[in-house]
Amino acid sequence: MRRYVAGRLLLMIPTLVGVAILTFVIMRAVPGDIVALKYAGSPVPQSVIDEERHQLGLDKPMWAQFTDWMGEIAHFDLGTSLWTGHPVVDEILVRLPLSLELAIIATLLAITIAVPLGVLAAVRQDTWTDYAIRLFSIGGLAMPSFWIGLLMVLATITLFGWAPPLVFTAITDDPIANLSQMVLPALSVGYRYSAVSMRMTRSTVLEVLREDYVRTARAKGVRESVVVLRHALRNALLPVVTVISLEFAFLIGGLVVTEQVFNLNGIGKLLVDAVAHRDYTLIQALVLLLASVFVLINFVVDMVYVVLDPRIRYS
Amino acid sequence: MFNRQIAAFGVTLALLLAACTPAPKGTASSPSGAAGEQPQPGGTLTFIVNAEPPSFDGHRETTFALLHPIAPHYSTLYKFDPNDLTTVIPDVAAAMPEISADKLTYTIKLRTDVKFHDGTKMTSDDIVATYNKIIFPPTGVLSPRAGAYAAVDANGITATSPDAVTFKLKYPSASFATNLASPWNFIYSAAKLKADIHWYEKNIMGTGPFTYVSNTKGQDWVGKKFPDYFGKDKNGVQLPYLDGYKALIITDASAEVNAIRSKQAAIEFRGFTPQQRDTLSGALGSALAIQEAPWICVNYVVPNTKKPPFDDVRVRQALTLAIDRYAGSTSLQKITIVKDVGGLMRPKGPFAQTDSDLQKIAGFGTDGAANKAKAKQLLADAGQSNLTFKFLNRNITTPYEPVALFVLDQWKQIGINATHDVKETSAYQADLRAGNFEVALDFNCDFLDEPDLQLAKFWSASGLGKGLNFAYYDDAALDKMIDGQSRETDPAKRKALVADIEKYAMDTKAYQYPVLWWYRIIPYLNTVRGWRIGSNHYTNQDLETVWLGK
Repeated sequence: MRRYVAGRLLLMIPTLVGVAILTFVIMRAVPGDIVALKYAGSPVPQSVIDEERHQLGLDKPMWAQFTDWMGEIAHFDLGTSLWTGHPVVDEILVRLPLSLELAIIATLLAITIAVPLGVLAAVRQDTWTDYAIRLFSIGGLAMPSFWIGLLMVLATITLFGWAPPLVFTAITDDPIANLSQMVLPALSVGYRYSAVSMRMTRSTVLEVLREDYVRTARAKGVRESVVVLRHALRNALLPVVTVISLEFAFLIGGLVVTEQVFNLNGIGKLLVDAVAHRDYTLIQALVLLLASVFVLINFVVDMVYVVLDPRIRYS
Repeated sequence: MFNRQIAAFGVTLALLLAACTPAPKGTASSPSGAAGEQPQPGGTLTFIVNAEPPSFDGHRETTFALLHPIAPHYSTLYKFDPNDLTTVIPDVAAAMPEISADKLTYTIKLRTDVKFHDGTKMTSDDIVATYNKIIFPPTGVLSPRAGAYAAVDANGITATSPDAVTFKLKYPSASFATNLASPWNFIYSAAKLKADIHWYEKNIMGTGPFTYVSNTKGQDWVGKKFPDYFGKDKNGVQLPYLDGYKALIITDASAEVNAIRSKQAAIEFRGFTPQQRDTLSGALGSALAIQEAPWICVNYVVPNTKKPPFDDVRVRQALTLAIDRYAGSTSLQKITIVKDVGGLMRPKGPFAQTDSDLQKIAGFGTDGAANKAKAKQLLADAGQSNLTFKFLNRNITTPYEPVALFVLDQWKQIGINATHDVKETSAYQADLRAGNFEVALDFNCDFLDEPDLQLAKFWSASGLGKGLNFAYYDDAALDKMIDGQSRETDPAKRKALVADIEKYAMDTKAYQYPVLWWYRIIPYLNTVRGWRIGSNHYTNQDLETVWLGK
């Protein structure tokens, strides 16, 4: 097991290097750069543009830019934002708490909704309850979360003249202000997220309920609630955990439009701004960060499998 | 139960539809509120900035996203009068400059009561250091507007006493004095610049009405009243009126509207679209005030004269003749931020031609059908009756896409088959600068009605227009005309010279030509007083005279 864990951890390195190379090359393959963009439409002489490119190191050959960046990464330095001139780490750290909090709240919300309703739909298959839950989940899958968010904001402004606060307050500073800002985005994101998990829960529970050991348990006279919760649900959870964890990783940086709609100063919005500004160092750092989150979460999920299913052994 | 659910659903749907339905248009209101109203001190103004400032150095940057949150921290030598934004008034200067008879020496007396936010007194050394950085930047220091002061003699900026400074010019310059009111020319501390010429890129320390409090990246910028600020109003009341301000960075258009609609922000100083104005007006009613003004921003159609057939003046003339700008104005002003028909100078501005003179220029006549017939004939004469090309544009909706679609339709009406080549801004800009296009939609925004600024893109491409003139022509005659107007200090004569340039550049040579000039719309909560819209979104942003009413 230890060797397996060490191996998995070591494998992360080539994965992340591969991501770094791909991001670096793709960003530079796109025409234009931050300097062209910054002075778009301004009557700025070519000499100023050339000087700024020189200062930012954009006039160096691509291989030299890449080795410079790799050198910084090797020293755990993510570099400096080309747009603001501030360390990339600072730019990310300002936004990370909000993105993490939103991802956690939306995940909790999704689990709270998805698992009970998914199980209920499976247990009451092909009844009105099942149909209603399926309709609810299909609605969540069909409607983009940003659109739901937009409707929510419009509805609260129209009905109450209220919209979520535009400035992030840490939950430790003012829990009410913090939750006021988070509740609508978490609901809009959590609904879609729960729909995916609900569908998965329903189908895997249905599958497990048809297994021999469930029939055996019922034949032994075990109470239905125990059959469902202890025997069926636990074994049905593996794919659900996978879906939930991947969705969680996605939420860290993938809520691009939702963050725009609610003006949340999160990682997704930062990534969009970075791409819009052609801020290479920031984009590279963010993609690396998000790739690391995905790789780490996949690793954690694999470890959780062992806990959920004692039959799984890694060697 | 079921009926109640249907009823609830119906009500919700109706409310949502009501929220999405365009509202009736609001009415413009007085910028200062009711006549005779006395400014009330206190309060914090919350406003929106829809982009993040790059560095904090006004001398280095070119975006309004820097000016809106940061200008309140700084003063300039001169500025535009908040009550009459076409007039230059002293800021840290004590009076308007004394100009020598040969118009080559400008002597400026300074106020003696100006302090930096760290308590040090501002002197002429600070002005000299500031303007040397702007006009003669040392190696490694970027100063994109240095060219606007090309007339200033090297070593020509001197402190003649602690409260006086002199600028010596190599030749008379019509625009020099007004350029001293550039909103970008923040007065910096000579001591700070001496210690580190790049200090102001990441730090704030000025003499303006507000001191720096905090900046949360991507979220907000906060300033508070500077108690030792030198400014006082006409009644001797200490300025600024506000206790402080908070600039919220909101990049999404619907979030901007929602911020004002929910009264979390009072104003956005750049501008909204007509639809956004109407939405806010419908939702807020009399709680909303609206100011509108012509804008010194314009879109140009730019044929690449290095690429056939656009090296043929007849083809270029046909392209401008085909555009019925008056019809475009009527339809486009309803959906986007363009309105007035004009030449190279802002319509109705101090250098604009009269309508009757403008209408004599190709493409600006009011008989659209006759213009199109002439355009067709020119294309036939040039052997280009079936002209096909790509029209390069940037992927920004307001106003680039509707303007381009209008132009494409106009060209189609004379048989031109042009396709809309929309690119993300950086790629678009790269194509412009590489000359990798046939015809493009370019744009220009300035802080002042000033021919030296508006004609910057018209210099020869291999000369002063390098990196600016995307039509890529070289024309010594036009260069001479632009230089001539720049040195002409008599306003009437200068205006006539500018008119000649317009005729030559837009008609005789048809190098590049405007489609429509932009129109600025600012809907805001009517509690904001003491702010007046100008024809640009760069000046009048120090918030010195802004106050909050009931």
